[in-house]
Amino acid sequence: MNSPTDNKHLEPSVQTYWEQLKLGHFLIQHCTSCKAHLFYPRRFCIHCTQDSLEWIKPKGTGFVYSTTTVRRKPEAGGDYDVSIVELDEGVRLMSTVQGVAPEAVKIGMRVRLEILKTESHPNKVVFIAEDTPPTGEHHA
Amino acid sequence: MLELNLRGQVSIVGVGTAGCGEAPGQSELELLAMASFNALKDAGLTLKDIDGLCTANLNAAMWPLNVAEYLGLRPSFVEGTNIGGSSFIAHQKPAMLALLTGQCNAVLVCYGSNQRTSTFSRRERGQARNLLDPNIFDDPYHPFDPPSSYALMAARHMHEYGTTRRHLAEVAVAARKWAQLNPEAFQRGPLDIETVLKARMISDPFTQYDCCQVTDGGGAYIMTRSDRARDLRKKPIHILSNETAVWHKSVANMADLTLTPSHDSGPKALQSAGVSIQDIDVVQIYDAFSINTILALEDLGFCPKGEGGRFVEDGAIAPGGTLPVNTNGGGLSCVHPNMYGAFATIEAVRQLRGEAGERQVNGAQTALINGNGGTSASSQSTSVLGTDITL
Repeated sequence: MNSPTDNKHLEPSVQTYWEQLKLGHFLIQHCTSCKAHLFYPRRFCIHCTQDSLEWIKPKGTGFVYSTTTVRRKPEAGGDYDVSIVELDEGVRLMSTVQGVAPEAVKIGMRVRLEILKTESHPNKVVFIAEDTPPTGEHHA
Repeated sequence: MLELNLRGQVSIVGVGTAGCGEAPGQSELELLAMASFNALKDAGLTLKDIDGLCTANLNAAMWPLNVAEYLGLRPSFVEGTNIGGSSFIAHQKPAMLALLTGQCNAVLVCYGSNQRTSTFSRRERGQARNLLDPNIFDDPYHPFDPPSSYALMAARHMHEYGTTRRHLAEVAVAARKWAQLNPEAFQRGPLDIETVLKARMISDPFTQYDCCQVTDGGGAYIMTRSDRARDLRKKPIHILSNETAVWHKSVANMADLTLTPSHDSGPKALQSAGVSIQDIDVVQIYDAFSINTILALEDLGFCPKGEGGRFVEDGAIAPGGTLPVNTNGGGLSCVHPNMYGAFATIEAVRQLRGEAGERQVNGAQTALINGNGGTSASSQSTSVLGTDITL
C-alpha cells in the first residue's frame, strides 16, 4: 500500500486497522463530513453520525498527555512506563514511551510514534522522545 | 412526558452488612445473603415482602438469576445493570420509578464479594474477564489496573493544578482516622502523612495507601415507598434524588482526565433534591483511590475545579475537620469488596439515623453519596438522602 489516503474503499473496520499495522502503517480515521479525527477505529462517525470515515496516516508526532511508572520487581522485568499520548491530530491512545527511564517520561514531552516488532506484540505502537534518533523499525 | 416528583417519595428502610474484611470460606452469594438477612431484620421485613431486586456481580453475567433463586424471590422488578461500583447507587432511580408506578412494593439492593479470601484468585479472575472482554488497544501496554488508570488521572491533575502527593496522602490519612472510630473498618492501625509519602510506589504517584483495600464483604439495603416506610421498625431515610452519568470505559478515552461524570450527576442530583452544597451535612464518596475524593469534591461543587487538593489540607475532611467525608473509613480503610456503592449508601443511612456511634456526625440531616464505577471514573451516580426534617 502506497498511501492509505488513496484507499477510501477500505472498510472502516478494526480488522483493517490491524492488517495495516502489520504492514507497518499506523492509521487513524478522519471524517470527511465533520472533519473529526477518531481513534480507536469506528464503523461510522460518532461525532456526526455519518458513514463518512476514511483512513489517514497521522503525522506520528504528539505529546505525553499523562504518564505513570508501573513498579515491578527487577526479576519480573523491572519498572515500565504507561502513557496516554495525544497525537497532533487531536486523538489520544494508551501507549508507552521508550528510550528513557520510565520516571523520566514527563507530561508535555514531545514524542514520535514507532512500530515496534517484539515477540509478544509483533506490531506494537510505541513512542520515543522526539529529539532522539530513530531506533529500529519506525513509522515511515 | 410523564412528570413525577420523586423527591422523598421513596425511603431506605433497612441496611445490612456481612463479612466485611475477611470472610474465609464464604461464597459471594452467602455474603450477599447474610447482608440481605441483616437488612431485612433491620427493616422488620421478610423475604416474602421483597418483590423487587437490584444486584450485580463482576463474574456472573446473569447474576440477578443467581440471587433470585438463592433467596427464593420471584421479583416483578429486576435491575441488573452493571456499570461498576456505582451500580448499587445507580440502581436507586429505576427502583424509585418502579416503586412509584406500582411495579413493586419493596426492593432489595444487594451485593457480595469474597475477592480477598476466595481460592479463585483475583489474578485468575482478572485474566478470565479479560479473555471475555479484552481492551485490545490498551492491553499491549499492561496498565496495572485499576491503579494505573487512576494514577494517570492523578498525574494529570497534579500537572494542571499543582496537586501534590501530600494532598493525596491527606485523603488516605483522613479515611484512616474515620476508620479508627468504626469497629467494622478493616484497616484501623495508625497512619500519618509521612508514612504514606515514604511508602513504596505501585503506579506513580500512588503508593499502597492511595489504593483501596482488597476485602471481602456483603452489603444490602431495602427501599419502599415513603408512606409505607413510616410503619416499619427504623426511622426512614428518604431518597431526595439520584442521578447517574456514564462517560467512557478506558482512561485513554476519557475526554479530560481531571473531570469526572459527577460533574453531570452531582449538580443534577442537588437540583432534583432542592438542596445546595451548603446543606450537605455528611458526604460519602466512593474513594477507590485517593484522587477520587479530590476529583469528586471538585466536580460535586464543594470547591472549584483544581482546588480539591488544597481543600483537603490540614485534616479538613478528617474527624474534627470542616466537612465529614467517608465517615466509615471509605474504600481506603473500611471495606472494599471490589464494588463499594452499597457500602457508601449504608454508611449515609447509619449517619442520618444517628446510629454511627463514635463517628456520628452530630445532627446530620442531609447526606450526599457519590458512586464511582469502572477503571477510570467511567460511571458515577450521585444521591442526596435526608431525614424527615428535609421533606
